[in-house]
Amino acid sequence: MHIPDGFLNVTTIATTYAVSAGGVSYAVKEVNRRLKEKHVPLMGVLAAFIFAAQMLNFPIVGGTSGHFLGAALAAILMGPWAALLIMTCVLIAQSLLFQDGGLLALGANIFNMGIVASFSSYYLYRLVVLLTGDSRRGKLVGGFIGAWGSVFVAAIACAIELAVSGVSPLVVVLPAMAGIHALIGIGEGLITGAALSLVLAARADLWQLQQVRE
Amino acid sequence: MTWKIKWWQIGLIICLLVAVFSPLASSSPDGLEKVAESKGFIGLAYEAPFQIIADYVFPGIENEAVATMLAGVIGIIVLFGVVCGIAWLIRSRKGEPA
Repeated sequence: MHIPDGFLNVTTIATTYAVSAGGVSYAVKEVNRRLKEKHVPLMGVLAAFIFAAQMLNFPIVGGTSGHFLGAALAAILMGPWAALLIMTCVLIAQSLLFQDGGLLALGANIFNMGIVASFSSYYLYRLVVLLTGDSRRGKLVGGFIGAWGSVFVAAIACAIELAVSGVSPLVVVLPAMAGIHALIGIGEGLITGAALSLVLAARADLWQLQQVRE
Repeated sequence: MTWKIKWWQIGLIICLLVAVFSPLASSSPDGLEKVAESKGFIGLAYEAPFQIIADYVFPGIENEAVATMLAGVIGIIVLFGVVCGIAWLIRSRKGEPA
């Protein structure tokens, strides 16, 4: 759901840029407090993987495709602030190098797929793990639900921005975006679950950053 | 001295494998594009003012599958390098000798 240039009005562009800039600068502070040197390659690999997996559009119904977002995977493994930084780097690279997502819409894309997707998935995941217990099953179910929710909520944020910008009334664009992304979210949940179970099987000790507190 | 493969190197190999499969990706419009088409506002979108590797196809290569794979590999290298660099710069230095 990379928004191209031309869809958003000036107010929405300015607001989302301001909120995203504030969020990213706070994320730098938070990550600086928590990230240890041994986490550096994990952040790099996650960014590379999210970029690569986002290229693989999978078909859903009616001649539409969806692709992996990755914010949930990053947020569950490294916490929402590190995930926001990872998503911001991926989105900037996509916009500057690959012309995917507009330059003026970059603030909105970072807001939707960085801030909204990372935090919604992180807290949904935490909630499920709290309810089901911190088992392997709880983690994977939480990962699926968190990932599905991140796509769904990010699509709603995107629909609101489009409606506020006046391209389409909210009653039209909101159900359309939410409906199609409720399906894409299933793919997100499955890929996130598969990636998490791989990490759990191979290197469960990497699942650390969110527990790192002073 | 034996060289033991590290977990993040395995992670990068997985990324490169994904890039090899990237030409198989569905070319149907994604969720937002589809909504923009069906609700009649896709025409508002305009092209980027410059194009580098637009639409994940490396320019000047006739074979589109190869051009897509190359775009994927470039993106993987750029993101791994840039994000590791940023993470290394802003990592916590607590507990390290000054």
